[in-house]
Amino acid sequence: MAEVSLRKASKSFGKDIALADVTMTVPDGSFVVLLGPTGAGKTTTLRLISGLERPDSGDILINGRSVLGATPAQRDVAMVFQQYSLYPHMSVRDNLAFPLRSPILKTPEDEIRRKVAEVAEVLRISGKLDNKATTLSGGEMQRVSIGRALVRNPSIYLMDEPLSSLDAKLRADLRVELKSIQADLGATFLYVTHDQIEAMTMATHIGVLDRGRLVQFGSPRDIYENPVSLYVASRLGIPRLNVLPASVFGGAPYGAMTIGLRPEHISQGVGKPASVTRVEHLGDQTRLHLSLEGHDIVTLTDVHTGLEPGDHIAIQPHNPLFFDAGGARIA
Amino acid sequence: MSSYSITAPSSRQKWIAGTIVILYALITITPLVWIIATGFKSGPDSISYPPKVLFQPTLEGYVNLFTTRTRANAEDLAAMPPPETWYEQVVRDNGMVIAGPSRYGERFLNSVIIGFGSTFLSVFLGTLAAYAFSRFKIPLKDDLLFFILSTRMMPPIAVAIPIFLMFRTLGLSDTHLGMILLYTAVNISLAVWLLKGFIDEIPREYEEAALIDGYTRFQAFYKVVLPQAATGIASTAIFCLIFAWNEYAFAVLLTSGTAQTAPPFIPTIIGVGGKDWPAVAAGATLFLLPVMVFTILLRKHLLRGITFGAVRK
Repeated sequence: MAEVSLRKASKSFGKDIALADVTMTVPDGSFVVLLGPTGAGKTTTLRLISGLERPDSGDILINGRSVLGATPAQRDVAMVFQQYSLYPHMSVRDNLAFPLRSPILKTPEDEIRRKVAEVAEVLRISGKLDNKATTLSGGEMQRVSIGRALVRNPSIYLMDEPLSSLDAKLRADLRVELKSIQADLGATFLYVTHDQIEAMTMATHIGVLDRGRLVQFGSPRDIYENPVSLYVASRLGIPRLNVLPASVFGGAPYGAMTIGLRPEHISQGVGKPASVTRVEHLGDQTRLHLSLEGHDIVTLTDVHTGLEPGDHIAIQPHNPLFFDAGGARIA
Repeated sequence: MSSYSITAPSSRQKWIAGTIVILYALITITPLVWIIATGFKSGPDSISYPPKVLFQPTLEGYVNLFTTRTRANAEDLAAMPPPETWYEQVVRDNGMVIAGPSRYGERFLNSVIIGFGSTFLSVFLGTLAAYAFSRFKIPLKDDLLFFILSTRMMPPIAVAIPIFLMFRTLGLSDTHLGMILLYTAVNISLAVWLLKGFIDEIPREYEEAALIDGYTRFQAFYKVVLPQAATGIASTAIFCLIFAWNEYAFAVLLTSGTAQTAPPFIPTIIGVGGKDWPAVAAGATLFLLPVMVFTILLRKHLLRGITFGAVRK
């Protein structure tokens, strides 16, 4: 395992800037999640570290040593791609054994057998080992893909939305499994996801990317509670952050243009009257869709609420986030 | 529109389709059947009019194909010891004796060496070039690809005279190497273009995964790309072989002895001892076999090769 850093790394594809001056350190044994919408530079970051792309400028360090001159094989990284990239002409077993058989690792066959069986067990694909890779379902393929990374003991695991193509139950199971593997091995992970639950539960650190720039890097709680900007604040939160003009409630600090309200930032019972437009019972929570002076607001309420569309309820902000005209956080 | 329907065809549609296929098959198979039949006819049967559909089969044509013969008069024949082999018997029945083997065997072997040699070389070079064109940033890539294609925009025989002079200067005339190089040069553009299409369809992620899994670029190519390009390589090989195998014009022009292939040799049978159509037909029949066997062996790939891209995986 190793510490991996980017130093002022930049990468463009033609006119598109994929990554601009990103400096970030993935500490040894940490689980870093990259957040950001499509095109923010998450995948590019993984590809630069893996050596599939070279940065236009800047440096990449693994254990303090620049790896710019090293091939992907020499960097000793494992990567799970977003699309399944199983070798279609091989069996599941051979797919899993492929990295172990590489000229760099040259693992003895009995150890390969042991490791493959072990990983197959964890990922629950033991019964499929002799199948051809192309006969698997999408979820199974993705698990084999993850397994191909896990059979190794690389300096860093790079994972690009590895769980996105799985069904909800399997995703939840594998999330826990991956996290415990990481904790047991003390492995270093750099992980790309859109899934808030994955980000919040697995990460030791979260990095938020915006159009190729790293805008905030910190613990999940830090990113959630102390976002530096409206952009970062909008990355996390289910239901989403409510964004309203700062003037709606009054009491905003000087310069505040917008107010960001997470569902838990809204106290009910006192304040301004809002009308209920929709009530969504999700079982473990109930979402309340409100309309306040023409602005839509989503908040949570008592699971067994008697509120119905058309009812009125008084609300007021409680520890909200304030942002200036440019979206930067001011309070 | 019924032609766009995805439901099973009606019995009438099946009947019409079946009829068309059978008619087409009859038209294309007839010459083939005629050649094979003629190979087993006697000389007079082969030129009888109206043509004989039913005839007494004989191996005369095949014997004549592989031998040279001299005519002997009846007394000499009678004075000879009885023939030791069945083919000697066949020849003597026609009032002749075997003078020696013909050159068909050598010419056939030349065809095999030159045909398969140039096919191997075309596919080998074509695969490497196609991979490079498919994967790497190459300056003027499109122009280079167009240039490669443009070599096929005229009939190759149009440059026969320059090639003839070139070969003479380089000492390549009537050599196996010369013919292999020539057929490779003609086939390489087809090979590069066909194979580039196949390799383009193989997602880069596979190689990238292999690079990260600890393999070099060449190992990734060899272990991951090549097996998946097998279909393309097989169908390209068939197309290359068919061209090199059947090529006639350059073979006539550039070979006469050592490296002469079967196509220019077979017609020369006509000149030796009258128009021996059964021997010509026998030569043609045997000449068809290798490509037929090769195609049948790779048939599965060829079919997939032709329909490639029609069905997304």
